[in-house]
Amino acid sequence: MATEWRPTLNKRLNTPTLGFVVALMLLGLASVAWAQDRSSLDYQLKARALATGVYVVEGHNADFSPANGCNIINTGFIETDVGVLVINTGPSRLYGEQLRALIARTTPKPVAQVLHLNLHPDYFLGNQAFADVSRRATAETAAGIARESSSYESNLYKACGDWMKGTETLAPNTVQTPGRWTLGNRHFELRAYQGHTASDLVLVDMASGVAFVGGLAFADRIPTTPHAKLPLWQSSLTQLSADLASLLPGERLHFVVPSHGPVRADAHALGQTREYLTWLDARLSHAAQSGLEMVDVLRSPVPTPYRNWAAINTEYARNVTHLYPNYEVQSLQQVR
Amino acid sequence: MTHLKFVSLLALAMTALRVLQVEAQTPAINAEDPYQSFAWPDLHKLYLGGEPYVFDARVKVNGPSFAEDPLNVPISIDAKDLPDVTQIVVFVDRNPIRKVLVYYPQQALLPKVSFRFKLEQASPVRAAAKTKDGVWHVGGTWVESSGGGCTVAGATRQDGSWSKTLGLVTSRVFDRSSAANNLSPDPAIKTSLGARLRLRVMHPMDTGLVGGIPAFYLNRLQVNNSKGESLLKLDLFEPVSENPVFSFDFAKRIDGPLVLTGADNNGNRVEAHIE
Repeated sequence: MATEWRPTLNKRLNTPTLGFVVALMLLGLASVAWAQDRSSLDYQLKARALATGVYVVEGHNADFSPANGCNIINTGFIETDVGVLVINTGPSRLYGEQLRALIARTTPKPVAQVLHLNLHPDYFLGNQAFADVSRRATAETAAGIARESSSYESNLYKACGDWMKGTETLAPNTVQTPGRWTLGNRHFELRAYQGHTASDLVLVDMASGVAFVGGLAFADRIPTTPHAKLPLWQSSLTQLSADLASLLPGERLHFVVPSHGPVRADAHALGQTREYLTWLDARLSHAAQSGLEMVDVLRSPVPTPYRNWAAINTEYARNVTHLYPNYEVQSLQQVR
Repeated sequence: MTHLKFVSLLALAMTALRVLQVEAQTPAINAEDPYQSFAWPDLHKLYLGGEPYVFDARVKVNGPSFAEDPLNVPISIDAKDLPDVTQIVVFVDRNPIRKVLVYYPQQALLPKVSFRFKLEQASPVRAAAKTKDGVWHVGGTWVESSGGGCTVAGATRQDGSWSKTLGLVTSRVFDRSSAANNLSPDPAIKTSLGARLRLRVMHPMDTGLVGGIPAFYLNRLQVNNSKGESLLKLDLFEPVSENPVFSFDFAKRIDGPLVLTGADNNGNRVEAHIE
């Protein structure tokens, strides 16, 4: 069939025109697929088993956009014999509902607990689907959610429109303290760090060796910094590496799940994030000590490998906007 | 005959050359507003006094393509490719308060200034540099925004800390030699030669557009050298960011001390000696 029509078409259309037609057809196909996604508002969430009863639900490694429905986070859930523990609930009411449906398709166990690893919007805006269960966060994270949630709702609505329909904050209702935590047959180690936000929780499932490291590590993606304190974050990463090595020595570390970017069987994401933060700190400090304006820093090219990471086009500019004013202040002296 | 032919050919070539020269210059100067703003005739009357103007790419306005923080949008204006600039007016087409500042570079100062300002919505940001011949040269950039910069209280107004720091000045003169650039550990970070004065004056810079908070802003700053000669003057308006940081560039290194004086619209004075 194809061999029959191709020569005839070639006679009528020169190659550039053909290329144009093919491009138009592809564009048409792409926009149809996109429109379907957006009209059905289906995140098409999939659970990937990292170990028996331990699942990750992977988001796009990108920035918030209508194309991905603001789904850029890796959430997760873990079966225990007293119910399912959900780790973060995603960016919207719809995501929360679809996550809960996915959990119901995956395991017969009921959802028992929700855990929020930090205060950022895609860690809790799916909470409306988990109104009937205990939603846990540290006191600092709960306070941060109370402070920031209304601006998060409107910001994500602006970024992703229809996907956010009906999304309202349902706050965490249980204070979680770090330490050993037993849920039925599972033993977790919960560690609290700081630097990405005022409270960055890490959940380690001791039996499977899977570590959910939250916002402390970004894999192949430029880190987000709206609440970042770089020195604290850097020392937290060093501490976390040491803690993981002592909790799960040798081969026992099975998977590291960062909130953003691909899951890997090693702690690579921690090192990546630490290197980037070290580079960023040096750049901003050097620029401020040379008297550079923020515009010049925004325009300075980012070296490899960072320039190839996800969200580079928006996130580096945000990093500079958030952090540079503080470096400027450090570079100036009080005068009378 | 051949001689005549040669002359006419030469004339033709020269005309062609002249046309080429003109063409090389024309992209810089344009009679038409590159942003096609309906407001332009009004802006021209209000901020340029209806005086002669051209749109001129030699007035470079550098800003971010998107206002990540609409309360603090960084902008750098550079008109050093123009001769004899007497003042630079900065205004924002779609801000509720459009005029941001007027800069009068004097003495050894280059017609360049950088600062941050509050942006209410996506808009062209314009800088008009007036040259000695009385013509305004207008440059601009487009900054996208999700909005809300002028109608939100700044951080020090929100937490009430502004009154403890009002009028405090921090500053530094950055001497920039080629040696400093060569030592740069980050090859992407480059500075231009000469000297840069950066200064920050603590002030809430209230726009008056936040309920119950009247306009309260620095409206005048001046820097003199130790001999009392004026180096630069600035007229400021509400859209300049809270606790503003400014950069001014000198062609050569400068000898201190410098004296900064200024005032806000309530008559509070600013005075600082920069060593």
